[in-house]
Amino acid sequence: MTAVRFERVTVAYEGADRPALRDVDLVIPEGELVLVVGETGCGKSTLLRCINGLVPHFTGGAMAGRVVVAGRDTRTHPPRELADVVGMVGQDPIAGFVAELVEDELAYGMECLGVPADTMRRRVEETLDLLGLADLRARPLATLSGGQRQRVAIGAALTSHPRILVLDEPTSALDPGAAEEVLAALQRLVHDLGMTVVLAEHRLERVVQYADQVLVVADGRVSVGEPAAMMAGAPVAPPVVELGRLAGWVPLPLSVRDARRAAGGLRARLRALPPPPEGPSPVPALVSGPAAVSARNVTMGYPGVPVLRRVDLAAGPGEVLALMGRNGAGKSTLLTALAGVRAPAAGTVRIGGQDPHALAGRPLIGAVGLVPQEPTDLLYATSVARELSDAEGTAGTPAGTAGRLLEALAPGIEPSLHPRDLSEGQRLALALAVVLAAAPPVLLLDEPTRGLDYGAKRRLIDLLRQLQAAGHTIVLATHDVELVAEVATRVAVLADGDVVADGPAGEVVRSSPLFAPQVAKILAPGPWLTVGQVQRALAVPG
Amino acid sequence: MALPTTASPGAPAPARSVVGGTALRVGVRLPRALHPLAWWAWALGLMVAASRTTDPLLLATILAVLAVVVAARRPDAPWGGAFAAALRLGAAVIVVRTLLQVLLAPTIGLAVAFRLPEVALPDWMAGVRVGGLVTWESVLVGFSEGLRLAVMIACAGAANALSAPSRLLRSVPAALYELGVAVVVALTFAPHLLSDARRVRAARRLRGHQEGRLRGFARAAGPVLDGGLERSIQLAAAMDSRGYGRTGSITTTQRRTQAGLVLAGFAGILVGLYGLFDASAPRWLGWPLLGAGALVALLGLRAAGRRSLRSAYRPDPWLAPEWATAGTGLLVAAVFASAAWSTLAVAVTPLQWPSPGTLPLAAVLLAAGPALWTPPLPTPGRWSA
Repeated sequence: MTAVRFERVTVAYEGADRPALRDVDLVIPEGELVLVVGETGCGKSTLLRCINGLVPHFTGGAMAGRVVVAGRDTRTHPPRELADVVGMVGQDPIAGFVAELVEDELAYGMECLGVPADTMRRRVEETLDLLGLADLRARPLATLSGGQRQRVAIGAALTSHPRILVLDEPTSALDPGAAEEVLAALQRLVHDLGMTVVLAEHRLERVVQYADQVLVVADGRVSVGEPAAMMAGAPVAPPVVELGRLAGWVPLPLSVRDARRAAGGLRARLRALPPPPEGPSPVPALVSGPAAVSARNVTMGYPGVPVLRRVDLAAGPGEVLALMGRNGAGKSTLLTALAGVRAPAAGTVRIGGQDPHALAGRPLIGAVGLVPQEPTDLLYATSVARELSDAEGTAGTPAGTAGRLLEALAPGIEPSLHPRDLSEGQRLALALAVVLAAAPPVLLLDEPTRGLDYGAKRRLIDLLRQLQAAGHTIVLATHDVELVAEVATRVAVLADGDVVADGPAGEVVRSSPLFAPQVAKILAPGPWLTVGQVQRALAVPG
Repeated sequence: MALPTTASPGAPAPARSVVGGTALRVGVRLPRALHPLAWWAWALGLMVAASRTTDPLLLATILAVLAVVVAARRPDAPWGGAFAAALRLGAAVIVVRTLLQVLLAPTIGLAVAFRLPEVALPDWMAGVRVGGLVTWESVLVGFSEGLRLAVMIACAGAANALSAPSRLLRSVPAALYELGVAVVVALTFAPHLLSDARRVRAARRLRGHQEGRLRGFARAAGPVLDGGLERSIQLAAAMDSRGYGRTGSITTTQRRTQAGLVLAGFAGILVGLYGLFDASAPRWLGWPLLGAGALVALLGLRAAGRRSLRSAYRPDPWLAPEWATAGTGLLVAAVFASAAWSTLAVAVTPLQWPSPGTLPLAAVLLAAGPALWTPPLPTPGRWSA
């Protein structure tokens, strides 16, 4: 039984110089979990939106060929008439919320479909449990953290019991634990209920092991295959696959479990080798004096809701401090305090000895820069060029500084483009260039790898290493354990407003099953964190 | 998750009376949110009352009653601040209204408070004055007129604080549902814009811009409106994907007939109301047309409602506390509508201490009852964020 069939589908948007999808022929059988991968801007979202008829009914553009979903032709069925068979979870959950409260949001789709009241009640309760939302049922949606919102959005699509569930980056905003829960829930839907799941995701390391098929979209063309076969030749791959390629394992393992079975020989070989240096070592302080960033006894929150309780943290020049912890643990709040956006309710924050909340204008941006979770928040000019010149103006740096930074981070961006038309990675690069134009010694990043493809992530890692080598202090809040393994020198884990662990990156992440990167899990109890370390270690004696 | 069960279409509707019955016996004091229509009926009743009086004592009592009920039954949610916002707006209204009366309107009464320099105006502007004598009577008239407006605003604020606009939407007849969604989305657009504006201003600070409050908001306007538009489009896509606006098997002709009935009915109601309030209108324009309009509208709504695909999730029950709350609102409105003007208006010439009638005062005090007899609010889940 076919769930979704594409027949020679070509989609072209008005004003675009080439079609977003070209001659796509595709069959997705019922009960499969299909992973869609590809660089940003390759046509992934268009493909997903074809499945529930948003393309072409909502987006416009010209479409040739046809898409048949559960026996219905999307040319004659607009999205609302497909709502009972296709559930859609968009990239930005908050933008799709209709109701005010969690419970009402979960019921909204069912109300539109006219599901009887008692069935609705039961399904809402089941979904609350399935996604761990029972505590939040009466909460206003506006007060939820990013991960909680994502789970509500998935729940809201699930309650209608669609036969096909389409998700655009469902775990990009989630902490590792929550992401595993969501993926486990999706897998249960596929295995137990025969639901067809189509999901796009950049963090392959989280998803690829669950997939039945991998669909690679490149430049509007689609190729399909078994995960292992597709991964063997893919230009980007999760660490487990890279390690497998390095060690020459056949068949190529996709999960940590399979890799551990194959890794006995490699572990024995590595045991004889000297362990890797403990993370990138902090460079000698360029600025003598107090720690570049310090938070002492910081308490913050909303009325009646403490978010941070007496947090003590400090980072010196050349340190990369990663803040980890589940969604809503207070990471973003701490960053806003460090950047001087909000003053702490109690305690002191110092950036290079100054209170950032008391600074403004050039002294502020010369001391500390923050790239928020949504880089777009920082961008408000109508073109990339204006954005850059505005940044140079406020920073008082010569013209061209920010432009050169952007060129190094993301080459080839057309300066006349509107920032909104950039890809996620390009937007992050632009926000970074804008912030770095003032050369702040302290750089704060909130979830920098959200929505980044592997190429963009690689460039970000290189940049962070350069900045660290130049003596910058970097504090990043992230769920991305692989990023932490690559760049962090220290890791602090926040939970419920407290710092529950603070120490050298390797030590902290290795000791936690949740925060350990894939390589550490495969090679445990060895001290290895990244494929790069293993590669260098193996290269030395050879 | 359990297997999806398909409800057979022929199955009898669940016996709702059983559920309602239990709720009536046990559930009156069970924590739950009161039906939003009850709150709106109550608040509108008080608003009608406020519009009928200029007595500062009565108006202050209404305000106190609003405050007591809002303090007792306001949910801890983003829209809960609506009452405080309405009070701030009301205070500004009082100040402006009093100043206008004192500075611009013809002088009333003899009790001179003080004298302001008067601006000499050309002859052709006779009857208008700027400055000059300020009497206590003028101050009182301006203040009580301002207070009346402020209390009416506070009534709307209280209704908003006690029940979110989107909750009101659930009780909208199915036929008007789609119109209702459009209104609610428009209503929530403004608060979203405000939070966006704050975010953009924080970002401008991060980017090193220093500017005053007003200037900052002006600079933020472009990106904020941009973002708002973007979000509206995303919301529309999400709603479409989730089945908003499904028509099911209704034919176009049926839909047009229903819409026509509803529209004609509302037009009848409007004209009927006009006939009631305008003494010079012919008599048949009043009650008869109002009644006929209401009937036609009801028929249209019922016909459309029966064909609607939508179902309601956990509909708010209408039980004793709802009757009592909406009833007190209507009672207050009726008392004020029928009371003699002398018991409601403040005596200006000669100046007297206001002496409101006993009946209006008692009715307003009774309207504080919902603070006691409405069920307590459920406590929200643990706030872990």
